[in-house]
Amino acid sequence: MRFADLLAFAWQVVRGYRTRTLLILLAMGIGVAAVVAVSSIGEGARLYVINQFGSLGTYLVVVLPGRSETAGAMPGVLLGKTPRDLTIDDALSLKRSPAIRRLAPLIVGAGDVRVGARSRETPVLGTTAELLEIRHMKMAQGQFLPAGDPRHSQPVCVVGAKVAAELFGARGALGEWLRIGDRRFRVVGVLAVQGESLGFNTDEIVIVPLAAAQALFNTEALFRILVEAKSRESIAPAKADIEEIVRERHEGKRDVTVITQDAVLATFDRILRALTLAVGGLAAISLAVAGILVMNVMLIAVAQRRSEIGLLKALGATGAQIRLVFFTEAVLLALGGAAFGLAAGKIGQILIGQIYPAIPFTPPWWAVLAAPLTAIGTAVLFAVAPARRAARLDPVRALSRR
Amino acid sequence: MIRLSGIERVFRVGEEQVHALRGVDLAIAHREYLSIMGPSGSGKSTLLNIIGLLDRPNAGRYELDGRDVTGLTDDELARVRRERIGFVFQFFHLVPRLTAEQNIELPMVLAGIDPAERKRRMGELLAAYGLEDRARHRPDQLSGGQCQRVAIARAMSMRPEVILADEPTGNLDRHTGQEVMAVLERVHHDGGTVLVVTHDPEIGARAHRRLRMVDGAVVSDERDRT
Repeated sequence: MRFADLLAFAWQVVRGYRTRTLLILLAMGIGVAAVVAVSSIGEGARLYVINQFGSLGTYLVVVLPGRSETAGAMPGVLLGKTPRDLTIDDALSLKRSPAIRRLAPLIVGAGDVRVGARSRETPVLGTTAELLEIRHMKMAQGQFLPAGDPRHSQPVCVVGAKVAAELFGARGALGEWLRIGDRRFRVVGVLAVQGESLGFNTDEIVIVPLAAAQALFNTEALFRILVEAKSRESIAPAKADIEEIVRERHEGKRDVTVITQDAVLATFDRILRALTLAVGGLAAISLAVAGILVMNVMLIAVAQRRSEIGLLKALGATGAQIRLVFFTEAVLLALGGAAFGLAAGKIGQILIGQIYPAIPFTPPWWAVLAAPLTAIGTAVLFAVAPARRAARLDPVRALSRR
Repeated sequence: MIRLSGIERVFRVGEEQVHALRGVDLAIAHREYLSIMGPSGSGKSTLLNIIGLLDRPNAGRYELDGRDVTGLTDDELARVRRERIGFVFQFFHLVPRLTAEQNIELPMVLAGIDPAERKRRMGELLAAYGLEDRARHRPDQLSGGQCQRVAIARAMSMRPEVILADEPTGNLDRHTGQEVMAVLERVHHDGGTVLVVTHDPEIGARAHRRLRMVDGAVVSDERDRT
């Protein structure tokens, strides 16, 4: 039997039994559509989370002084060692790395902040202009610290929203002067309310230029350096570069600890991917159910078409030919169902995308590939039993009934 | 051409064994026109099925053109059927979703014959059986006689040596039945071997050789003297 004839024969069957064909197309289609839609929702959620992380400073790399194998919170301090300090020059030299977009050295201390008779003990952060972008902070009023050489400083500061309210009240902080220790700073900006971030409540801090903080706390040592890598892919090179540059500058001692957020993100990524796979697997079960329906329908077809099978045998069809006829039929139906399902899944995905425009719903490539393949696979698998039954039919008995 | 010796066929019905054929010996030559008659249950259809290789005997030997076919596998039997035997059934057994033309073409499609050759043969067959204006009709749009003509054309499409007809007129009125018989007789006249199973004495009497079966055995075998 020629392949074209086989296809034509199966096509005539598919066309000849419309209701049956429609039922199978529907079952297969729903299965495939479910896999595509569900996995694109999962993939969309994954991309959404990654994007959200990205906007929070996903590419953040934190450099701490002191070497710690366990990357604990405050390595040098806990171990009681005094590692070599990280300096401004260390920080500036990191800019050599092509993987690093920007960085902000950080000095932290507690300061007695006074305005007139009011006084308040707050954390004081010494840093540079780039912190704003690295930490994705927002200004409520005014400007952030001015850019410029971090070794020199102007007597300006930025205050958290709560600090501004407590020290200046309704008057407004912008342009006013305040005192930290024995130094005076003019308030050039007020941070927007943002809450906890990287261990600080930014509503309750005062940010001053790095050099001013060094003078205030009488220290050269940086608390840490916040580094932003250029992309997710450059996080690892950035980390390697930092370690290499610091080692060079510290006479071959790798006395810094570099922490990345990538590990956290990777975990999230894995969880969401597993979730997508799991939900996709659930949808795949609906495909299997569709496969069983195909089997039932094919079994009914064999029963209905007993006399036809008997006839084909009498006309000289071999068992293999009969099996092939039923297989081709099942595959044609599965192909149709898969095409229908992919289209329906795509439409569903677009509709959900309209309802939740923030989440980038796209079916992952493996789902687009796997769903129709599974459909065809199950159809073939579940056509085995009916096709074999058809091929084994005794022609005399098959023909004896009308 | 066909030589049966000691053919036995036993069916098991529940606990009982039913002897459909008991030691049938039969030789059929080329170009014979033979009818098999007998009451229902006498084994005539079983005999026809065994000759048509649709069924296997439990014992005995069947030679087709000197070749023992009792030991062939199912697929080998299918191939022999396809090449050498044409069937005509009481209920026509046309595929309802296919047109007359497609039904006639079916054995050639199964045999994998080239579409151009199929078309050529189909033209001949449609003309020979007066079906030209019915080629694209489906079986439900054809009369009984036309259906049976389509079935005969289908049986002839592979140019078999033997046509086996099981009650070919059983589902037709008298007049149409005689028409169909005339068609079958033309096949015989054109060089075919025709076997007709019937319980209609009038139809059976038309054959040149007439077998009577009772209880799975051939009880009489008459031939015209020619």
